[in-house]
Amino acid sequence: MNLHTPAPPPPIDIAQTVANSPGYWTTVGQRLLRDKVTLFFGAVLLLIVLMAIFAPLIAPADPYKTNIIRRLKEIGFPGHPLGTDQTGRDMLSRLIYGGRLSLFMGVMPVINALIIGGMLGVIAGYMGGAVNSAIMRTMDIFYAFPSVLLAIAISGALGAGIGNAILSLSIVFIPPIARVAETITTQVRNLDYVEAARASGASSLRIIRIHVLSNVLGAIFVYATSLVSVSIILASGLSFLGLGTKPPEPEWGLMLNELRQAIYVNPYVAALPGVMIFMTSLSFNLLSDGLRSAMDLKS
Amino acid sequence: MLVYILLRLLYTIPIALGVTVFVFALIHLSGDPMSAIVAPDATAEMVEQLKKSYGFDQPLPIQYLLWLTKALQGDFGNSIVNSRPVLDTLLAAVPNTLMLAGVATLIGFAFGCILGGLAGYYQGGIVDKIATGFGIAGVSIPHYWLGMVLVIIFAVELRWLPATGMGAGGSDAWQWDWEHIRFLILPAVTLSVIPCGIITRTVRSTVAEILNQEFVQALRAKGLWHGQVMRHVARNAAPTVLAVMGLQLGYLLGGSILVETVFNWPGTGYLLNDAIFRRDVPMLQGTILLLAMFFVALNLIVDIVQTWVDPRMRRS
Repeated sequence: MNLHTPAPPPPIDIAQTVANSPGYWTTVGQRLLRDKVTLFFGAVLLLIVLMAIFAPLIAPADPYKTNIIRRLKEIGFPGHPLGTDQTGRDMLSRLIYGGRLSLFMGVMPVINALIIGGMLGVIAGYMGGAVNSAIMRTMDIFYAFPSVLLAIAISGALGAGIGNAILSLSIVFIPPIARVAETITTQVRNLDYVEAARASGASSLRIIRIHVLSNVLGAIFVYATSLVSVSIILASGLSFLGLGTKPPEPEWGLMLNELRQAIYVNPYVAALPGVMIFMTSLSFNLLSDGLRSAMDLKS
Repeated sequence: MLVYILLRLLYTIPIALGVTVFVFALIHLSGDPMSAIVAPDATAEMVEQLKKSYGFDQPLPIQYLLWLTKALQGDFGNSIVNSRPVLDTLLAAVPNTLMLAGVATLIGFAFGCILGGLAGYYQGGIVDKIATGFGIAGVSIPHYWLGMVLVIIFAVELRWLPATGMGAGGSDAWQWDWEHIRFLILPAVTLSVIPCGIITRTVRSTVAEILNQEFVQALRAKGLWHGQVMRHVARNAAPTVLAVMGLQLGYLLGGSILVETVFNWPGTGYLLNDAIFRRDVPMLQGTILLLAMFFVALNLIVDIVQTWVDPRMRRS
């Protein structure tokens, strides 16, 4: 959850992450339903996502249509409930459309990292020995960079663009996810019943599929939801620096950058895109906290 | 203890080498590093000559070794934009970033300890709820946006503090007086929000954990009053909290680029941003390498100090 480097892996207790045991997910679901804060921010997040998906149906105006006469109008201006930006485009429409790119650029890197980092971690943990060292020591090199610096360095070298921004953030999030996956896999591999399965002739693939993945997936998924909040801030940050989306696309970080000069004219309108980034990131963080405590049956 | 320190030092060497390989590889990720140097109307001959003068005609491993040897001697090459040595420009910017990150870490540390300490002591109370909420908000807030909001409030609306820059005369004329410190307040507060949130969370959980231990009950049974008990708690919490603070300083040194951009603060992040957009490859490499090495060194120091303070941490 640290903006500068992803949080250390959550404490893992194999004994209680028995995700296969009957009734586990039912219990988790019941605990979630009682957690008002998590439910509320889950609903907020759902609303933001739905707004982004159905943007063409909801947005009152064309987010690209400029208007030289109506520039930087204040909140509540007739026809523009949230005012207009520096080229007279409708802010409300741009904020609604902005969620599409901001969410995509924030979520994609974590999904990429979940797949690649998860695989690397499971391989390193299961194989052990030299393979483990080779994979995990390479990951250590990426840990030698604060994540903001790493993301900006890679994006800066590759050049601006949505694809490059997603690529650079994927690289940022692979090492922490690989670490979590590796820790759990190593623990599971040494459990008595896994040894027994191996002794009775189960193939590696079968052991990984049945015993390792069931324990790894839940943990890295919860961890990944907390990374999404960092990822959204960083992705918009890259666009804010001019390293992500290019104008005239609506994207919260880029909009914030374009409105920087407008703070002397119409400060409240200029600050709006940041509110969206904050709400989204906060919702992901609280959702992740809620999920984590719901899945920790000892608490 | 000595063995641990030696092993830890030895472990740092491959990491540092790996970092140099990565930084070197970065410019080759960016396509042809020559494209930024060569004028579009240059003849093929001139291109060849330029390639030679920058060493780009050699095979990659040789280029890497040449670059590394020079970098180890403090020669990061010359900037493509102004032809001045990269190291000189960097050394002028480093103190500004250190100052900003250092002050931000101290602010974060002070507020984090107070909030987190109170929250840990009064677990489940209203203070705890506020501190926890504050901690989560601190790590969820896009700090470049917070910078803008603070400028709007304190510079545009209230006109109490300046919006950007480092004051008259830039970084050369910096002094620790109110005329100059005014310029530091907004960027430092903006940057401090992240360490503040994280230290609040760390202190809260550490204090809560220590308070639940048996020796605290024993202290209370002995008849010590709150203040004395808290002194024991603080001494036990110190190693963890100091380690987190040390690492936070490292993150801020490398991660201040967004805040430096918002406030036009002439530090390393500002340099990096500038180097990216002018495609100044030596400057880009030099800045990233230096910041990453700072971080590696800081990690090393934090580990060693922590081992020294807390003997239980000696792993080897």
